[in-house]
Amino acid sequence: MTLLRQPTILQDPVSFDHEGKAGYPSRSIGTILADLADDDPRIMAGSADLTWSTFLADFAERHPDRFVQAGIAERNMLGIAAGLASCGALPYVSTFSAFASLQSLDVIRNDAAYTNLPVRIIGTHTGVSMGYFGSSHHAIEDIGALRSIPNLTVLSPADHTATEALVRATVDASGPVYLRLGRGASGPDVYESQGEVVFGEAATVRRGSGVLVVATGITVHAARDAADALRAAHIAEPTVVDVHTIRPFPAEQIAALAAAHEVVVVVEDHMVDGGLGTSVITALSEHGVAVPVHRHGLRDFAIFGPPTHLYRYYGLDAAGIAVVVERAAQHPSAGPRVPLWGEADMRRELEAQQEADRVRKPEVVFE
Amino acid sequence: MSIESATAAPTREELAAQVRRTVLLEAEIAGSGHYGPSLSCTDLLVALYTDLLRVDPADPDAAWRDRLVLSKGHACSALYAVLAQRGFFAADLLRTYTRLGTAFGDHPDMKKVPGVDFSAGALGHGLSVAVGMALHARLRADGARTVAILGDGELNEGQIWEAAGFAGANRLSGLVAIVDVNTVCVDGTTREVLDYEPLGDKWAAFGWEVERIDGHDFDAIDGALGRFAQRHSDGGRPTVILADTVAGKGVPPIEGMAEWHIGYLGGADLDAALLTVASTGGN
Repeated sequence: MTLLRQPTILQDPVSFDHEGKAGYPSRSIGTILADLADDDPRIMAGSADLTWSTFLADFAERHPDRFVQAGIAERNMLGIAAGLASCGALPYVSTFSAFASLQSLDVIRNDAAYTNLPVRIIGTHTGVSMGYFGSSHHAIEDIGALRSIPNLTVLSPADHTATEALVRATVDASGPVYLRLGRGASGPDVYESQGEVVFGEAATVRRGSGVLVVATGITVHAARDAADALRAAHIAEPTVVDVHTIRPFPAEQIAALAAAHEVVVVVEDHMVDGGLGTSVITALSEHGVAVPVHRHGLRDFAIFGPPTHLYRYYGLDAAGIAVVVERAAQHPSAGPRVPLWGEADMRRELEAQQEADRVRKPEVVFE
Repeated sequence: MSIESATAAPTREELAAQVRRTVLLEAEIAGSGHYGPSLSCTDLLVALYTDLLRVDPADPDAAWRDRLVLSKGHACSALYAVLAQRGFFAADLLRTYTRLGTAFGDHPDMKKVPGVDFSAGALGHGLSVAVGMALHARLRADGARTVAILGDGELNEGQIWEAAGFAGANRLSGLVAIVDVNTVCVDGTTREVLDYEPLGDKWAAFGWEVERIDGHDFDAIDGALGRFAQRHSDGGRPTVILADTVAGKGVPPIEGMAEWHIGYLGGADLDAALLTVASTGGN
């Protein structure tokens, strides 16, 4: 299909169509894949009617003969990818994480993982980053579902540089790979060079002592900013480590890091059951490390709201993570692991936002 | 203007204009909106909630009620507007649309919003759910009708056809699927992305009675819904209404454009759209 966008005759600069306020990002997953495909004829890409939304459009434009438009049919797209892979192709198929993982789970399991074929699944807009699109569009169980499937590699890069490093590192992996991305565009940078991100190894983003903060994906930059704020305020000097390779999990490395700290805080935009924190606890248990672990993430289906408000509500922005880390530092070995971000914290954030919303845009009156 | 006409019940054109106004203002609250797919099914929703569906806003969970599943849940800003109009909740609550802690997300939630019969968001699920509702209505034998509103792009989803096959094989006469054929999805026109025409032949092959109408013509909508109701009384086959519509209907600068599946009309563009929409309600 041709990939043309039609301009609209608009009168006000505040208006924007589907491409969004900022337009199309200059660097994207589509750019990475299109660059690789320039030299590698095996590489293909596919979308389920979300070519722009998942930032694949560069690929569709530069390699239209190797681009599959599956329509709104995610399971079919995954099956097609398995068929392509069985013939020698390296298909990268993309949709929102909620559809790329849970909706298509048995296709991933049976047609890509059991067969151990090089299908690459890109899930964008993961966690609660779809905000007010609601629960159907939140992917807060994808790590839990996918980390139990044999043969499947699960990656969760923190920024565009890490995405490119991990895509390039796994291009020749023989089995299936799932990439868990944030909003797909260029979020806040964490890394300066691809060399800082080594497949299979956790990356230390900030080196400190006392509290070890384990993060992944879009929580890494927030955890880093929280650590910097705590250090600047002389409250704590936490270590921040980015587990971008969730499966195979770098268990020995995380256990050794934890053993050198007093307490571990795992930050994830995912259910705490089955997510990154579960992998951390398992690793510590299996390596005999008795350092307490606090899991900081979601404990239920999320409420609705703009993404940035949701991160604030769940304490997953830098300010919230700083509070959690400070509490962990104050009581490193406190008894049972109660959530360090509780109902009172969420209620406070909700009430503050609702108060602000009440006086927002008073000119809008519904009849 | 006579006293009689001043106090008459609003016409459906007036109701539809009010719904379109609400859709535009919800997007103003959110900072973006699914204009295209909400405005394309506005007239269908107004017709359904005015003339077909037996529901009670004072008792939204009544077991005997007719049910509507908005399978293309991203059009919920229009559904909210119609439900507010019918009195399921105060329209003023829509000031919380998409804001933190709201009941009104950008996909409908049955556990949060009175009058929403089923949650939606992931495409391809709603017809199966509606089949379940229609099966239960048949067991209850109370004559309740079930409506599923689907997008034409959504027909790409395989589960739609599993449900279609089941409903056809089981002659679920109380089920009507209304396909909002606005001919666009996200990446382009449905013809460019994945061409599923001729739609009527596909549904007929699965055992459905097929109606194809102008989805903005209230008389045509009435006619098709009336024939569906008659078929239900007669114990016939399930009905699909293929409603040809225009994405973004009522706001000319964005009509028919895939680029306006989602976006934001603000400032002078919103003012112009509100004026245009208001002008469609009076004739």
